[in-house]
Amino acid sequence: MLALRRRGPRDEHLMIGPLIAWAARIEAGIAPPLRWGLLGVLGLLVLGAIAGVALPLLKPGKDYRELRQRVWSWWVMAALIAGALVAGWQATLVLFMVISFLALREFLSLAPLRREDRLVILLSYLIIIPSYGVLFLDRYGIYLVVIPVWAFLVIPFLMACIGQTRAYLTTAATFHWGLMTCVFNLGFAAYLSRAPLVQAPEAGGAGLLFFLLLVTELNDVAQYVWGKLFGRHKIIPKVSPNKTWEGFLGGWITTGLVIWFLGPMFTPMRGIGLATLAFGLPVAGFAGDVTMSAVKRDLGVKDTSHFIPGHGGVLDRADSLTFTAPLFFHLLLFFNMGQQPWP
Amino acid sequence: MALIRLILLMLVARPIARFMTGADVIGREHLPRRGPAIIAANHNSHVDTLLLLTIFPPNLMHCLRPAAAADYFLRDPFIGWFSRELVGIVPVERSKAGSGADVLAPMRAALADGAIVILFPEGTRGPGTDEMGELKGGIARLAEAFPQAPVIPIWIEGAGRVLPKGAMLPVPMNCTVLVGEAVPLAADRHAFLADLRERLLALKAQAPPQRWR
Repeated sequence: MLALRRRGPRDEHLMIGPLIAWAARIEAGIAPPLRWGLLGVLGLLVLGAIAGVALPLLKPGKDYRELRQRVWSWWVMAALIAGALVAGWQATLVLFMVISFLALREFLSLAPLRREDRLVILLSYLIIIPSYGVLFLDRYGIYLVVIPVWAFLVIPFLMACIGQTRAYLTTAATFHWGLMTCVFNLGFAAYLSRAPLVQAPEAGGAGLLFFLLLVTELNDVAQYVWGKLFGRHKIIPKVSPNKTWEGFLGGWITTGLVIWFLGPMFTPMRGIGLATLAFGLPVAGFAGDVTMSAVKRDLGVKDTSHFIPGHGGVLDRADSLTFTAPLFFHLLLFFNMGQQPWP
Repeated sequence: MALIRLILLMLVARPIARFMTGADVIGREHLPRRGPAIIAANHNSHVDTLLLLTIFPPNLMHCLRPAAAADYFLRDPFIGWFSRELVGIVPVERSKAGSGADVLAPMRAALADGAIVILFPEGTRGPGTDEMGELKGGIARLAEAFPQAPVIPIWIEGAGRVLPKGAMLPVPMNCTVLVGEAVPLAADRHAFLADLRERLLALKAQAPPQRWR
C-alpha cells in the first residue's frame, strides 16, 4: 500500500526489495548441486540459442525454422520443469499429472478405439486423479495397484457392461498399455521429487528427478548426435530406420559415463548400484524410444501430435522416460532404500 | 461487445479448445490474413466452430463469422443472444432455401463488411462416420458473387469424437485442423463444388488417424 501511495525514487526499493528477498529465499532453498545443475542446463540452452542464431549466418540457404522451434521448445520445457522443481514436490506432481494427461490424450486419440468406448476414454483420464492422488498421500503400496490391478480390472468390466464385443480384447489391452506407459510409469518420475532429504541428502528429491530427466534427455540427444556423425549400420530398420548401432553405442557410452561421474552429486547411488544404473539407463531410454516408434509405425503416424513445436507430441518427447523412470526408481529402491521407499 | 467477445474467445474459448482437442493445425500458412474470405470446412460437431474460432490470431477474431442455421441457433432468446453476440453467427434460414428467398443475403452482407465467413457446406453436422455429406450449392454461388474472397478448404479430423451430434458430455480427444490452399474459381458451380470436395478429401487423406476403428 505504501508503495502505491507515495511515488518517488525511493519506491523502487520498496517494490524491488521484497522481490529480491523472495528470490534469495527461493534460491537458498535449492540444494547446491541442483543449483549448479540448473545453471548448467541454462548454459546449454544459451549455446542452443546461439547456434540457432549463428548457424543461419554461417551456413545460409538452409531452412533453420525447425531448429529454432526445437531450441525454443527446449527453453519452455526446461523453464516449466525447473519452476516445478524449485516450487516443490506438490508443483512437480501437478506438472506430471498434466504431462500424463497430454500423453494419454495423444495415445488414446490415435489408438484404434471403438465408438462405444467414449465414456471409457473419459474414465481413463479420471484414473490419473487417484493414481497421482496416492502419491500426494505418500501411499506407495496403493500406487502399485491403482492402475496395474484396479484399472486393469475395472476398465474391461465396464467395456463388457457397454456390450460391444467386437475387437474387445485388443481394445482392453490398448487402454491398459496407454495407462501403464503414460500414467503409471511417468508417475515414478514425479514420485522421486517426494523423496525426503534424509533419503537423498545430496540434492533432495528434486535433485533425483532433475538427474533422471537430465540423463534421459542427454541419452536421446547423444544417440541422435552420434548417429548423425558416425551412423552406418542400421540397428532396427523395420521400426526406426534412422537408428544406427553407432548412435546407440555412442549414446550408451556417453550417457553411462555422465551417470557414473555426475550420479554421486545428485543421488545416494554409489559403486555397484550406480554402475548398474549407468549400464542400464541408456538401454532403457533406447528401448522406450524404439517401443513407441513401433506403436507409431503401427498407427501410421510419424509424430503423436504437434503439441511441442519442433519436437512433435508430448509422447514423442516422453517416450524414453516411460522406460527410464521406473528403472531409475527401482534401482534406487533396491540399492539404497532397503527396498522400501519413503517414509 | 467486440472487446468482450475477443476476451472470451482468447481467455475462455481458446483454453477450452486446447484442453478438449489439443488444437493441432497443419498448413497454418494457408489461413487467410484478412477478410473478406470464406472458410469451407467439414462438419461433425459444435467443436468444429469452437476450433475454427480459436485457431486464428487475435487481430483477426473480430472478422470471424460462422454461418449457422437460424432455425437451430436463434430458437430461444438466450442461445440466440449468445450465438449472435459472442459466437458472431451469420444466420442462415435453411427452411427458406429453394423457396426463391435470398438465403445468402446475410452472408454477402458479412463478406461486403470484410468478414471471414466460416461455412460448413454440408449444411448440417454429419453422423461422425468419417464420411463427408453432399456439399450444398450455396458456397459456389457465394464464391461467384465475391471473387475477391478466397475459399479456403479446411478438414477437421476428430471433432466428431469430442462431442458427437446428440451427445451432452464432451470427452477430450486430440483433433487436427488441416488447412489447404484456396480453391480457384471454376467455369461453373458443379466444377467448383467437385474441386472443393476433392481438396477436402485430399486434406482428410493427410490427417492422422484420429477416428473410430
